[in-house]
Amino acid sequence: MTSLTINGPARLVGADINTDYIISSRRKRVTIDPDALQLHIFEDYNAEFGQSLKPDDIIVAGKNFGCGSAMEVAVTVVRAAGISCVLAPSFARAYYRNAINNGLLPVICDTSSIQEGDTLSIVSEGNDIHVTNTSRDISIGAASLSSMMIEILKTGGLTEYLRKHGDFPSEI
Amino acid sequence: MPSSSVTPATISEKILSAHCGRECRAGESVVCKVDAAMATDGSAPMAIDYFNKMGGKKLAEPQSMIFALDHYAPPDNPATVELQDRIRRFSEEQGNILYDIGAGIGHQLMIERGHVKPGQLIVGADSHSVAYGAANVFATGVGSSDLAAVMLTGKLWFKVPESIRVKLTGKLPNGVDAKDIALEINRTLDPAEASYRTLEFQGDGAASLTFEERMLLTNMSTDAGAKAGVFAADATTTAYLNAGDDVGVAVHADKDAVYALDLNIDLDQLTPRLARPPVDGAAAEIVGIEQDLGTPVDMVYLGTCTGGRKSDLERALNVLRTGGTKHKRVQLIVTPASDRVYSDLATEGMLAEFIALGALVMTPGCGSCCGTCGTIPGNEKVVMSAANRNFTGRMGNAKARVYLASPEACAAAAITGEITDPRTFLEAQQ
Repeated sequence: MTSLTINGPARLVGADINTDYIISSRRKRVTIDPDALQLHIFEDYNAEFGQSLKPDDIIVAGKNFGCGSAMEVAVTVVRAAGISCVLAPSFARAYYRNAINNGLLPVICDTSSIQEGDTLSIVSEGNDIHVTNTSRDISIGAASLSSMMIEILKTGGLTEYLRKHGDFPSEI
Repeated sequence: MPSSSVTPATISEKILSAHCGRECRAGESVVCKVDAAMATDGSAPMAIDYFNKMGGKKLAEPQSMIFALDHYAPPDNPATVELQDRIRRFSEEQGNILYDIGAGIGHQLMIERGHVKPGQLIVGADSHSVAYGAANVFATGVGSSDLAAVMLTGKLWFKVPESIRVKLTGKLPNGVDAKDIALEINRTLDPAEASYRTLEFQGDGAASLTFEERMLLTNMSTDAGAKAGVFAADATTTAYLNAGDDVGVAVHADKDAVYALDLNIDLDQLTPRLARPPVDGAAAEIVGIEQDLGTPVDMVYLGTCTGGRKSDLERALNVLRTGGTKHKRVQLIVTPASDRVYSDLATEGMLAEFIALGALVMTPGCGSCCGTCGTIPGNEKVVMSAANRNFTGRMGNAKARVYLASPEACAAAAITGEITDPRTFLEAQQ
């Protein structure tokens, strides 16, 4: 059983954060390089917040995170900022899949008790995810992942998964 | 087709079952054969990168892989031209289908050019790929990496979704549009409820809608937060797709299929709606148009995969004719959804009418919708748009304020220079 632990400070954003707020559509017409796009992360939502993000921060959002466009740069730009985990009570489905495919752990959980800067610990063990707000000593229940999602995450993303296996199995 | 001995199924469950080789129901994960896939210049370059990194050499099904250069039509800088050239070179090597700049919006071309048939499973690397559900297809938007997986294997894994039964009754009154139904759904349905689920449209109201109206509803099902939107196939579907002998395999929901939620909308009672510009990053508030009457409007945008089809532009023009002139402050932009729509406008004299009104007619494609090409609204300017999204910054300027409404309501604003109930003009006609 592989387990993975992510520790970091909570960085709060609101509900219904769409992919254009994460990275504007007009930026990706010039480049799709996440390191270049990262300079403009969250610019139309809150540019100051975007610029203050640091590697190992954990994005903590309200419901429906990543709604709007299915553009995958909205995930790769978050990865390029050094972030490996996003918590939200619900995700837009394309964002959720894109996150798994790029090794960004999307955690579905109640985020209402988490405050800006709280230290969080996220442990992924088997199909289960455990979230602890260590600043407030609160344990938060999180949705587990399907076996296919775990397989993809464990292999390092969908690219590595298909590079390794060449195809999907007939049953998952 | 499943016999009566198996558990009753929704349209989504039946189409996914037919594509994974066994009976599956909501909640299961399955690997499915994908019938067709679409990517745009906004998503294909990244998909090509993923495909190459996956070790891809040849597309699994080149004739079912459709690329459309629609987001940057035309491009405004050399870097964008290079992104598009990468798509052209790839398509040349691989022999997949490519629609170049000016052909139109990928979603419109998928339907218009016969890439979509009832009973199919289709994905597109663009969230509005859900539109194909109007043709009794299970269609959903994916990212570039999932698209690359389809390029490589011709397959993709899915979690079989639960469905929400959206029952439409009655008939749309004059001056009330399918857009108003979509806005009403988005007003009523919590995205957290819609998430991972299909909207299955049923009822006599659904059957009464034209194919293009159905396309609007399935198109905007993603904006409600849903995974897909789907209609049953009927004579309207067959007539619109005009596919000759190959009419696909129509799929109907079983009578006792299980739905996660019911949503009922009485079309007879519906009135024009409006999505207000979002405030402080929150979701757009949707209200009856009467609440914002008189708000000055600077730009009117007719176009997109939601409101740029022939019938949309026809209905807008019908309102504009009644008004006679465009308000002098208003910049009226018309972006046909495809070259065919553009050509029909020309043949039928509507293009000349739009030009006479002072409209700017732009290259078929996504245009100003997401600020990636076309005209951009100025600071503090107010836009009435027939599009599907109005996130802050969406049309390329975070300081502009974008309202979403029906093509008729957009046209009414173009006449008066302020938010106006389109029924004012349509009643005058009678």
